[in-house]
Amino acid sequence: MKWTINGRSYEAEVDVRTTLLDLAREHLGLTGSKKGCDHGQCGACTMLVGGRRINACLSLAVMHQDDEIVTIEGLGQPGNLHPLQDAFVRHDGYQCGYCTPGQICSAVGMLDEVKKGWPSHVSADLTEVALDDAEIGERMSGNLCRCAAYPNIVDAIREVAGVDDREPVLETAREIGA
Amino acid sequence: MKLFTYERAASADAAVAEGAAPGTKFIAGGTNLLDLMKLQIETPERLVDISRLPLNTIDEREDGGLTIGALVPNSDLAADPRVIERYEVLSRALLAGASGQLRNKASTGGNLLQRTRCYYFYDTAMPCNKRAPGSGCSAIDGYNRILAVLGTSDKCIATHPSDMAVAMRALDATVVTQKADGDRRRIAIGDLYRLPGDTPEVETVLEPGELITAIELPVPVEGARHLYRKVRDRASYAFALVSVAGVVTMDGDTVASAALAFGGLGPMPWRDPAVEAAIVGKPASDASFAAAADALLANAKGFGSNDFKIPLARRTLIASLRELTGV
Repeated sequence: MKWTINGRSYEAEVDVRTTLLDLAREHLGLTGSKKGCDHGQCGACTMLVGGRRINACLSLAVMHQDDEIVTIEGLGQPGNLHPLQDAFVRHDGYQCGYCTPGQICSAVGMLDEVKKGWPSHVSADLTEVALDDAEIGERMSGNLCRCAAYPNIVDAIREVAGVDDREPVLETAREIGA
Repeated sequence: MKLFTYERAASADAAVAEGAAPGTKFIAGGTNLLDLMKLQIETPERLVDISRLPLNTIDEREDGGLTIGALVPNSDLAADPRVIERYEVLSRALLAGASGQLRNKASTGGNLLQRTRCYYFYDTAMPCNKRAPGSGCSAIDGYNRILAVLGTSDKCIATHPSDMAVAMRALDATVVTQKADGDRRRIAIGDLYRLPGDTPEVETVLEPGELITAIELPVPVEGARHLYRKVRDRASYAFALVSVAGVVTMDGDTVASAALAFGGLGPMPWRDPAVEAAIVGKPASDASFAAAADALLANAKGFGSNDFKIPLARRTLIASLRELTGV
């Protein structure tokens, strides 16, 4: 079977039951995506498939051979961080870090949905979307953080979305070597 | 997960030709099926992948309605400007369900066919007539807080979990299918689901191999107010304890028409003509709203930990009607 992940081609022989998450982690060495619940409840496995955020744990690898797949490794690397990765570091948007790759991939997909004008459950008017804390909370509810770093996750997302009015904890991500 | 064979269907004709074989399941988004397969609640021997079939568009019909391809993801359906403008209750219901990631993958057809979230259906160590027919129902005398108070039987008290289907029931949607022999049929959404009775494992009237290809929405009701009100244990990403989908038109202070469907109460998206009859043609008032709630809950039966749903449904309906009618 063949896949395109982070712009690179991969080939592997895997059991038909293999999820996209297990493919990346166990067969391709892409361990950034995390396995939390393995049932679509926690969002730690979130990847971007065809530009859309999905739960990789509820996706069969065999079904996604024709798709453009992006994992946290493809968004940015140390020294070349994605703006959301950079913002998460500076706003201290995590504690243990286990949910972070999923949070960031989800936030990338979420901001794209906002750009497309997709409303949410908390949008008073479904034809006009204005991102605020309630919107971010609703739209990110598929990503759990057991350390409850939510306030700083929201701040990091606000900054990248251009609705920032909150001081980051760090001036630059370099302060902790990221 | 039990081992299965996998094939990708090249066409709907090919899919239905394969789909009727015993042990075969269609897979589209897979968000519910794979969850259940991991727990060995679903154990198909063969998966037919329909996710690449060209059933993913939303098209306007000449009569003024919309035809929604069965593979349109829940996200796309909720955000479609035509749906927002003409069928707001459907957008609202979709957005009230699941998470952003799940809505991106879950299909319209799959949403209709998702299985109950009854704790005992999910717990393979416990008897469950829906999962293992004849084994008994653990929920009736068990922990049944999230389960049904309408349409139950002594074999099963599971609820249907979909929000989307509740809105579609209020909108009088029609489910279009293709059968194994290639024949197509159109099923009113009110006729799609079956009450549990003695066979809770049979949830719909679909035949083996019958594939949902589209859902048709009729011409929108002009001048209607739409509402989807969902009561749940968390503010987001939780199934409904009670939900109300409403499409109402007013003539002055009088309710001219009403379509009301309910989630979280029964084994199918619930609709009862007596509820609508209690308010249509009458001045909108708390008295007629109370009569509607009486009609809805006349045969309601709690099982202990879900008793609270009966007064909750009453209050949610009355609050919804106040909002829909402006009283």
